[in-house]
Amino acid sequence: MRVLVAMSGGVDSSVAAALLRDAGHDVVGATMKLWGGAGDSGCCSVADVEDARWVAQQLGLTHHVFNFTDDFETHVVAPYAAAHAEGRTPNPCIECNRHLKFDRFLDRAVKLGFDAIATGHHARVTFDGDRFELRRAVDAAKDQSYVLAMLGQSQLARLLLPVGDLTKAEVRAQAAALGLRTAAKPDSQDVCFITSTGGRAAFLGPRIPLRPGRVVDAGGVQVGTVAAVELVTVGQRRGMGSGGGERRYAVSVDVATATVLVGTPADLLDRRVTVDPDSVSWVDGPAAPGTPVLVQPSAHGVPTPGVWEGGSVVWDEPQRRVAPGQTVALYDGDRVLGAGLAASAVMDGLDTALRR
Amino acid sequence: MAAPLAYLDHAATTPLRPEALDAMLPFLTEHFGNPSGSHAVSRAARAAVDEARVTVAEALGCDAGEVVFTGGGTEADNLALSGVVARRGGTVVCSAVEHHAVLHATAALGGRMVGVGPDGVIDLDALAAALDDTVSVVSVMLANNEVGVVQPLAEVARVMRRAAPDAVLHTDAVQAFPWLDVATLAGPAALVAVSAHKFGGPKGVGALAVRAGTEVEPLLHGGGQERDRRSGTHNVAGIVGMAAAMRATVTGMQATNARVGALRDRLADGLLAAVPGAVETGVRANRIAGCCHLRFPGIESEALLVLLDDAGLCASAGSACASGALEPSHVLAAMGVPRSEALASLRLSLGLTTTDDEVDLALKIIPEAVARLRACG
Repeated sequence: MRVLVAMSGGVDSSVAAALLRDAGHDVVGATMKLWGGAGDSGCCSVADVEDARWVAQQLGLTHHVFNFTDDFETHVVAPYAAAHAEGRTPNPCIECNRHLKFDRFLDRAVKLGFDAIATGHHARVTFDGDRFELRRAVDAAKDQSYVLAMLGQSQLARLLLPVGDLTKAEVRAQAAALGLRTAAKPDSQDVCFITSTGGRAAFLGPRIPLRPGRVVDAGGVQVGTVAAVELVTVGQRRGMGSGGGERRYAVSVDVATATVLVGTPADLLDRRVTVDPDSVSWVDGPAAPGTPVLVQPSAHGVPTPGVWEGGSVVWDEPQRRVAPGQTVALYDGDRVLGAGLAASAVMDGLDTALRR
Repeated sequence: MAAPLAYLDHAATTPLRPEALDAMLPFLTEHFGNPSGSHAVSRAARAAVDEARVTVAEALGCDAGEVVFTGGGTEADNLALSGVVARRGGTVVCSAVEHHAVLHATAALGGRMVGVGPDGVIDLDALAAALDDTVSVVSVMLANNEVGVVQPLAEVARVMRRAAPDAVLHTDAVQAFPWLDVATLAGPAALVAVSAHKFGGPKGVGALAVRAGTEVEPLLHGGGQERDRRSGTHNVAGIVGMAAAMRATVTGMQATNARVGALRDRLADGLLAAVPGAVETGVRANRIAGCCHLRFPGIESEALLVLLDDAGLCASAGSACASGALEPSHVLAAMGVPRSEALASLRLSLGLTTTDDEVDLALKIIPEAVARLRACG
């Protein structure tokens, strides 16, 4: 099989390429250049491209660099800024997977005559003889099925995830055994276009208006201020102050009125998370309303049981509210069912305080 | 790596001419001397550098004492611009289609750019408007590295005499040298930069002609080589190789132009006929003989280059950034080519070693690859 491996310059995709080569596939590596602006050591710095090229060379593979900066700006960076302007908290890495890795890159691979693409994600694609399934990785602590939960049959049919069957320790051991220079490279954690020094404020400041906001409690009483209401995330504690010694959290954000509603941890609990209908995708067709599911609302969140009601999930037990714009992934055991983006839900009662 | 079946990227670099290799070998082996020394071993090296200097001076149309050997074209361009500004103050004006060595040096010196017309030729009215007595150096390339367009340096100099009589003209003749009579055409320029590996010499060596009356502050300080204009032990083998390649290039220039020009015309005409919607960039008459620049609307150069590479054809499109990714061409943007079309371009650059077979292969492979990319929608 001819396989194009998306090599980020990290250890996982390095080992993915090595495993496919050793399995006898005709492997070519390619690194996407996505971001040309400031960044720490995100997915696409020159140093990472050099690492990827070096590893490809060590493995005897042809390596290309694809410049997708225009697409990254259009499909990831601009929507990221726009979402913040509307008070949502997007996950740009998921949008990058959706639009860049599993659309633009996959499309490029098909045009170039490749049978499949591969990435270094820790997840597994299985085939039951009829349909493709997306499952959690063998290494539960490193599982990345969440960030792939938007994939469907057409993408899974052309996707190989060679490291999903290995633990991270095994991946690093393989890399070390092959003498790859990425063997001890730390995992990338952060959004590639946000610098650790400037943070989101430095990035968003030139792109969207950042306006000071009021912090109010459930009674509508102002209890503080924030420098930029667009940067407040539902569930955030930092900067929300404390009322009567009890910790306060952002429960709801209304950018239109530049107001943040705070409450207690109990106020943050909800039974239902509604997803934006346009954002919902399924690995293999929609789940029927009434289907019991495990719900994972963040990359490292603990999956909790609930019921898909069509358009929303009702948890068995109240859970922390999901910030609008976050991806809600639905599982059946270790199998991904589908995903959608949390909608800007209005919480009965409490949110009326915002309007006062 | 399998040997390519067709190498059509001579504007990126050229294979070393046998004359250059033969000239270099003794200086990589027995004649290892440092030309700056005073003993016999040094003298042998010194003699070779002096001899090379005469050859280079002749090819650039200057005196031997006006030749400064550099570590390549980029250094020569930087020495010209930074060197004049450091000595005389003022700023730089350059054309918008310069190589990055000039563009980025100009930006670093706080200079400004002058646009070009749709034909890629500098807008002389805009140049006149951009000039004033704060400008100490004007930089206009002799031939462009992407589209091969030749700039009218005599007219540029005329505009300068009127609008900035004290400014000096620098020309980046890196791409021009294999094809044009640089000694004559660069006559109006006080500073002329060339790079050996573009005409069959080795990489890492170039030269800047600095005509009498123009002074440059060195970029590199040290032992005071090159009459205090470029310190650093001479790259003797490189300099000797460059001179040998220059001599051979100048000697064979007329024949090479005729032969390669005909190949280029066959290639360009063949592709324009075979690929629906193909567009040639600029005017062919005003272009160096080795350059063929085409656009294939609806495809992406980046993908096309991968398919061509798979098929054994080496070509290029635009210039690569530090990561190796293709960047949208500033040259095409300056010529008013829409971005979508600029991203659909292909530069085929022919050279001394280009054969009929290579052109035949390109005429077969490129239409197939374009058709395949278009079929995938």
